[in-house]
Amino acid sequence: MKYKSQKVAYWFFALSMLLLVLQITYGFIMGFARIGFDNLHEFIPFNTARAVHTNLLVVWLLSGFMGAAYYIIPEEAQRELVSVKLAYVQLISLALVGVAAVVGFHFNIWEGRKFLEIPRPLDYLVVVNVLLFLGLILTTLFKSKRRTTTSLVLSMGLLFAALLYLPGMLPFDSQVTDSFFRWWVVHLWVEGVWELIMGGILSFLLIKLTGVDREVIEKWLYVIVGLTFLSGVLGTGHHYYYIGVNKIWLVVGGIFSALEPLAFLAMALFAVNMYRKGEKKHPNKLALYWTLGAAIVSFVGAGLLGFAHTLPQTNLYTHGTLVTAMHAHLAFWGAYAMIVLAIISYALPNLTGRKLYESSRGRAAFWLANIGMIGMTVAFGVAGVAQVYLERKFKMDFMEVQKEISIHFVVLILCAIMFTTGIVLYIIDFYKHGKPTDEALEINN
Amino acid sequence: MLSKKQARAFFLGGTLVTFLIFIGLTVYSLSAATDQTNQENLTADVVRGKEIWESNNCMGCHTILGEGAYYAPELTKVVDRLNLRYDGNGEEVIKSILMSQGSWQPNGRKMVAYGMTDAEATDVVAFFNWIGKIDLNGFGEVVGVDRKISPLSKDKINN
Repeated sequence: MKYKSQKVAYWFFALSMLLLVLQITYGFIMGFARIGFDNLHEFIPFNTARAVHTNLLVVWLLSGFMGAAYYIIPEEAQRELVSVKLAYVQLISLALVGVAAVVGFHFNIWEGRKFLEIPRPLDYLVVVNVLLFLGLILTTLFKSKRRTTTSLVLSMGLLFAALLYLPGMLPFDSQVTDSFFRWWVVHLWVEGVWELIMGGILSFLLIKLTGVDREVIEKWLYVIVGLTFLSGVLGTGHHYYYIGVNKIWLVVGGIFSALEPLAFLAMALFAVNMYRKGEKKHPNKLALYWTLGAAIVSFVGAGLLGFAHTLPQTNLYTHGTLVTAMHAHLAFWGAYAMIVLAIISYALPNLTGRKLYESSRGRAAFWLANIGMIGMTVAFGVAGVAQVYLERKFKMDFMEVQKEISIHFVVLILCAIMFTTGIVLYIIDFYKHGKPTDEALEINN
Repeated sequence: MLSKKQARAFFLGGTLVTFLIFIGLTVYSLSAATDQTNQENLTADVVRGKEIWESNNCMGCHTILGEGAYYAPELTKVVDRLNLRYDGNGEEVIKSILMSQGSWQPNGRKMVAYGMTDAEATDVVAFFNWIGKIDLNGFGEVVGVDRKISPLSKDKINN
């Protein structure tokens, strides 16, 4: 920590941890419902649990990204944030909007559009909240004379993420056009601008952890985010194959989404090469684990598993099955959850002054969470492929198929227990670091 | 060797070009001449059905057009499918499930009891019928009732 105002990042990270625990809890509710234990159905039916699970994912990741920005931007811009008070106002309002949305889902108050379930009045509050956040970040950046590529890419990602929220608020009478523009938000977020945010955070971490020259890292950052957009924007077409729009998307979506793994491959190679090239041996090995882990697991989860069902000929059968859930879990974990956990692991010792680098608990957290998530992905994958064959090829009834594949959800739950143990250990480590303090500033300097 | 300036030009140029193509394709695929979204048959009943579909977050369990939560059946072509299974009474079966005061529990998996009115249930059925007539580039046959694909399915449905 070099600037006092960076301390605000800690509270965004703490909010992230809290929401992550809630997200996992609702995941378990869904997992148990799938094997017949849906005793909470009267209070938390599956559609409520699902909306809470996915929306909390988005909110805790956004909170993590915001925390990352509040930590990174002052350090890159070499000045304090323009207003710490407003940053706390933004934090509290983000938490309130999140809580209001989640509570509302339990009372049938939602929009019922996958991933964008937050009801319209709260959408406006989200916009205000994000505008305040962007105002603080961009003003800080532009009041400084030092504008690094890392900070610009990160800010650009955050700005575009805010802009792309707007198409999701357009009203449509047709389910087809509604879905079409919903993907402008969801796809262009996770396979577009969020990768800018991920790239910005990754670049910052690699500069700090490896000691490789900033110019080299930032040059490759441009190449990676360039590849991301080159493939990802037209790759949106893979969501348009079978929702009732023109066949042109079969061709365009097929070609460009097949190229999407290249960006993730480049990111993984980039991170590993910078690590090898680096002469600086930063003592914070845990942060390095999570950073390299994010780059590698995102290539497997988002790149390879995405490619596995992205071609139209395959997707015709896998579209709308658990194969999608397989890809989604490892992709979100690798690309976004792990990069947030990486920046937290890096920032926490600097914010609190407690250098708990050599924590066996921290290493156990990394491996348990990752092995658990890979196990969950395999369970989803086996269930999904079985579903495709039984339901789409052999035309078995949906519910009959669900009975056949329920055993894979027992495996899923077991792996999820391992994953959760890892996350709990991570949060214990988080707690053990204590709160951020100005004394950390003196220790770091 | 690639310079940072060239890398930046690649990023900005590539992004701009692909985004412009994306906008162009969006306009092309939604324009009247190439539209296949079944827009011309969109009635007030269908729109009301969509609103009911959304206000109850049906997508939080079911899928439609292959999008949803994979916990409950795909509802694209559901009327056709149930017509085959229930001697042409598919619409009535759907309405009775939606209007039921008790939880519908196929194979023990519970659905929320919505207790809809007859008018509301009719609108939802109109929505399903409209969805069922969209040209889905072949997906409708995979999730639907194309009995040519698998003889097994014919037996299954007829029995």
